Amino acid sequence: MTAYEKVTAARDAKKLTSIDFIARMFGDSFIELHGDRRYSDDKAVVAGLAMLYDTPVTVIGLEKGRNTKERMERNFGQAHPEGYRKALRLMKQAEKFRRPVLCFVDTSGAFCGIGAEERGQGQAIAENIMEMMTLKTPILTILIGEGGSGGALALAVADEVWMLENAVYSVISPEGCASILWKDSTKAPEAAEALKMTAPDLFKLGVIERIIRQPKADETKMFESLKILISRTFEKNLALSDDELTSARYERFRKIGRPE
Amino acid sequence: MDLFSFRKPKNELESQPNEQQNIPFIPEEMWVKCPKCNTMLLTTDMEENLRICTKCGHHFRMNARQRIKMLADDETFTEHDADMTSTNILDFPGYEKKLEKARTKNAKESVICGECKIGGIKTVLCVMDADFMMGSMGTVTGEKITRAFEYAADKKMPVVVCTVSGGARMQEGIMSLMQMAKTSGAVKRHSDAGGLYITVLTDPTTGGVTASFAMEGDIILAEPDTLVAFAGPRVIEQTMRQKLPRDFQTSEFVLQKGFVDAVVSRDNLKNTIVKLLKIHGYCEEVPEQ
Repeated sequence: MTAYEKVTAARDAKKLTSIDFIARMFGDSFIELHGDRRYSDDKAVVAGLAMLYDTPVTVIGLEKGRNTKERMERNFGQAHPEGYRKALRLMKQAEKFRRPVLCFVDTSGAFCGIGAEERGQGQAIAENIMEMMTLKTPILTILIGEGGSGGALALAVADEVWMLENAVYSVISPEGCASILWKDSTKAPEAAEALKMTAPDLFKLGVIERIIRQPKADETKMFESLKILISRTFEKNLALSDDELTSARYERFRKIGRPE
Repeated sequence: MDLFSFRKPKNELESQPNEQQNIPFIPEEMWVKCPKCNTMLLTTDMEENLRICTKCGHHFRMNARQRIKMLADDETFTEHDADMTSTNILDFPGYEKKLEKARTKNAKESVICGECKIGGIKTVLCVMDADFMMGSMGTVTGEKITRAFEYAADKKMPVVVCTVSGGARMQEGIMSLMQMAKTSGAVKRHSDAGGLYITVLTDPTTGGVTASFAMEGDIILAEPDTLVAFAGPRVIEQTMRQKLPRDFQTSEFVLQKGFVDAVVSRDNLKNTIVKLLKIHGYCEEVPEQ
């Protein structure tokens, strides 16, 4: 697959969304929790508590919706500030109970609109990034489709970041990049290559730790092995002291783009 | 014979060089028109007035060197990491040429970091520069700002950052995005160590910079006539397909929405910063006898 084919696949309406991941991995144990306690409940963010084998976890996902009606309701996975604030509220709660946090990212980006700006989209994202950096509980983020810029990063300041093999993660959409740089959005495929947004590229750059193979048909096995991998990672990180955990997270990002 | 030789030259390019000799030479930069009140201002007057319109108070953009001169006490600024320069880390087509073009005598990177005295108080000062690729955040920008905060945390110094940015540097792709996390981590560490961080938002502050260190200050000040946004007005107009209100995303607007502590005009900026530093217990350094 070319980079742009991956972009198209990541945007495919039929692919699995965060809700699918939560349902297939946690089943009935999932309890959804709503609201940011400040303004409203943003449906572009699905969050709650679940059991991963014997371990309670906080699960937060950016949700695009699985059909037209859901997609409208979920604002196509483009969160408003209240969505990011709901996520942060539940992360802080997780920290209090030292419960690991699992995030699923699938968004073309944070919503661009009047309300979002009025309520401080930039401030909400900035606060998440800053607070996640020192959150005293393990965080693991999995990119399951589109990872669009700051709106994705607001849930991706984690101890480890994993990606499905056909997911993409970028600072800007290839269309946006092509139209700004070359005044021609039809050059998106070239931009997609240049931006290095596929899982193998990002692995090489040290931006992600693991690539998850995606089966063509039945995903049951993928979910089973994901659960084992996630559980092992949380176990390893729960054994660390607060200081070791947050220092490792700081170093993880600190080394990115450090000139020799 | 040239059939059109009788015709008067239409513009400068068509005219013969010797025809211009009689016209007194007026450099273009001598006058500048204020975009707010349309007054023609003498550039020298405007410059002397901290690049503020002498008639209506409109704030013209200012480059990093001018801003450092305005904020730091005379001869006290020492630049850090001055030689750190952007490279084409992703082999992005055309990026080297862009960098070359962007590098001028005054602007070598999109941020200048260092330490200085402000009102006699030792402070780490980072000033972004719109003259270099619209202050976009690349890995070097992120690294310099991160180092500045780490240095300040180590030396127990306050930090003042003047932001101006069009957002992430596309040519550095995901590496540019990661700088948001890197810088925020350093801000948090400085903050957890008890350090004071003052942000000064200047025109325009947008995108990844707004969504990271620009919005993370203990005190956030903004200059008048400043665009403060996550998504810029053009992006929103395109997605919403509607015209935006005129004052949308101005510093006065974000003040009213509760996202900045105060809008401070440039002639009062240094005073305000000094006051804030003193309130937080930072003292003037007494010169050794």
